[in-house]
Amino acid sequence: MTTALGKDLIGLEGLTRAQIELILDTAEPFKEVSERPIKKVPALRGKTIVNLFFEPSTRTRISFEFAEKRLSADTVNVASSGSSVSKGETLVDTARNLEAMRIDMVVIRHGSSGAAQFLGNRIRSNVVNAGDGQHEHPTQGLLDLLTLRDEFGKIEGLKVAICGDVLHSRVARSNLWGLRTMGAEVGICGPASLLPRGISELGVTMLPRIEDAIQWADALNILRLQLERMHAGFIPSLREYNRVFGVSTERLAQAPKPLRILHPGPMNRGVEIDSDVADGPHSVILPQVTNGVAVRMAVLYLLAGGSPEWATPGSDDR
Amino acid sequence: MRPLLLRGGRVIDPSRGADDVADVLIVDGKIAAVGRGIPTPDGAIERPCAGQVIAPGLIDLHVHFREPGQEETETISTGAMAAAAGGFTAVCAMPNTDPVTDNQAAVGFVVRQAIRAAKARVYPIGAVSIGQRGEQLAEFGELVGAGAVAVSDDGLPVISSHLMRTALEYAKTFGVPVADHCEDPTLAHGAMHEGLVSTRLGLKGIPSAAEEIMVARDIILSELTGGHVHLCHMSTRGSVDLIRRAKEKGLRVTAEATPHHFALTHERCEGYDTNAKMNPPLREVADRDAIRSALQDGTIDVIASDHAPHHYDAKERAFSEAPNGIVGLETAFGIGMRELVEPGLLSLPNLIERMSTMPARIFHLPGGTLAVGAPADVVVLDPEVRWTVEASQFNSKSANSPFLGEELIGRAELTLVDGRPVFERAK
Repeated sequence: MTTALGKDLIGLEGLTRAQIELILDTAEPFKEVSERPIKKVPALRGKTIVNLFFEPSTRTRISFEFAEKRLSADTVNVASSGSSVSKGETLVDTARNLEAMRIDMVVIRHGSSGAAQFLGNRIRSNVVNAGDGQHEHPTQGLLDLLTLRDEFGKIEGLKVAICGDVLHSRVARSNLWGLRTMGAEVGICGPASLLPRGISELGVTMLPRIEDAIQWADALNILRLQLERMHAGFIPSLREYNRVFGVSTERLAQAPKPLRILHPGPMNRGVEIDSDVADGPHSVILPQVTNGVAVRMAVLYLLAGGSPEWATPGSDDR
Repeated sequence: MRPLLLRGGRVIDPSRGADDVADVLIVDGKIAAVGRGIPTPDGAIERPCAGQVIAPGLIDLHVHFREPGQEETETISTGAMAAAAGGFTAVCAMPNTDPVTDNQAAVGFVVRQAIRAAKARVYPIGAVSIGQRGEQLAEFGELVGAGAVAVSDDGLPVISSHLMRTALEYAKTFGVPVADHCEDPTLAHGAMHEGLVSTRLGLKGIPSAAEEIMVARDIILSELTGGHVHLCHMSTRGSVDLIRRAKEKGLRVTAEATPHHFALTHERCEGYDTNAKMNPPLREVADRDAIRSALQDGTIDVIASDHAPHHYDAKERAFSEAPNGIVGLETAFGIGMRELVEPGLLSLPNLIERMSTMPARIFHLPGGTLAVGAPADVVVLDPEVRWTVEASQFNSKSANSPFLGEELIGRAELTLVDGRPVFERAK
């Protein structure tokens, strides 16, 4: 089914400003659903959704599942361990079998870049990318945009620095495209060994040191630094990373204006972000998580063919 | 066998600098005469070739035929048939089969299977190291004695500089080149070229430096040893610069480039099309253009297909998990015509030189010539026909090609090995 967003949501690259605004506007009324004693609307009643997680995930999987359940969809979770996936079934066979069960939507998380598009090109059901390799994590990008809009009242003209392991980060790519499309300025900050080739040609401001980012930005989106990066030789040690690139209260005190701090989670406290920053007054990390459910409700709702005007909570649509 | 008279074609023979409308007479599997108005001998078959090109059969120094080990993707028989259909009368088969062609029995197997197939000639390339493990030198003497025409660990680089040095020295005894797959493995864990496209797609990149470091090393070792190093599938502008300087110094360095590296760029990977995944990867426009110039001026000596069949299923997966390589034998000439001859970068005789005469010369193979007395390995080409690449038309067992659906220019109409038709296009 083709909707205002197309059939699938694979990435924020290529989405128009109108499409992103539609998702964010649709998310607004859904925020309220999660505040009710009875957290459910019938918008996706009778729809079947499979959450296909080839990579371990807690936050994103649970967030999608709540979004689906609060929209009254019927959901099934498939994790890579204990399923046919671990018995060597290929992605294309998994896709065909799901198709044969006449499901309406697939939410896929996969370790390989392009896996969501691969699936979307081969099945008629709507596909939502919940993170593919180092490519994109569009719903994370959207929830970051929604959080920034909540905090600043607008996105246009904001200066947002994406800090850390941009090379391996799908969150960084989705943020980059989403922020650019919405008219924000994007800064990139991190050790050069963790920045992808050619990133400076994508219309961003390069910020070599975290101090530069703190001087420049309205908000920092601090990426998770995975322990494996040290073993693979990208950085010498987590300790040194924290000393050079870690966001601390002392460093934030140098900011010319109060910054908002975003983090996609899970955090490595004491590595890329100090605990007093994560738990401090500038942190919007928990509002990000709350917005995640609303944004995912909006995406699922729009892909299922819902119109924004039907999204008014309480209306018993269709 | 009845004599065959190819009548009135454009006879292009780069080995003699010939390019004229003429006849070619083939008797007893050899070129008997080339000239105008050759009288038809008694009992001869006469084939009119007006508007067509008569040339020495094309020769491909770099193919993978997967037998033994992966016969579901290609066999020596189907590969040799695909070669014949592409206008090739001889190909050199890389040793990275399972088991590896690293001993005389394995070389003999390839030779026998090729004779049984009786299509294009298939010359085995022996491994540099036992099992291609990069540790112990294979027995070059036995390999060459059984029919190997070169040694290579292709698919893998020769990582140890000591082993590469030894191979270059030892190969001199037998007069065969050492063909190297140039890649520094510590830099090359990636799925595509490292650049703006890999950044956007979130795919790990392979920097050009991974190739250039090994090209530089191999050139230095060629200088040290006086051995003949053949650099496989060159893909970067930096490699071209290094080779150009090596040739100016007079070193024994030869190089090949594939049709896909002079036709395509890394943008082709967008949409995660696994038929655009190969190693070395598709690079940038400046690299592609440098390869084209290098084919023009001879810095790169030959065009080789790196024909690498893969089963449909193997390519039907996420990009980073799909295997490297594409089939190339049946599209190589058409791509050369479309990308090099049509835009005026190479003349048609130059293209045939890079695909026939030069390959024969640098690997010391018969063929590449229409000289009287030479074996009649000949191709008749239609240089004008525009045709669309279709999977169902391939003679190869596999159809993993990024050129599917594209229009190419020119193809083989008739391929002769020892004067015997091994391919004739159905009317």
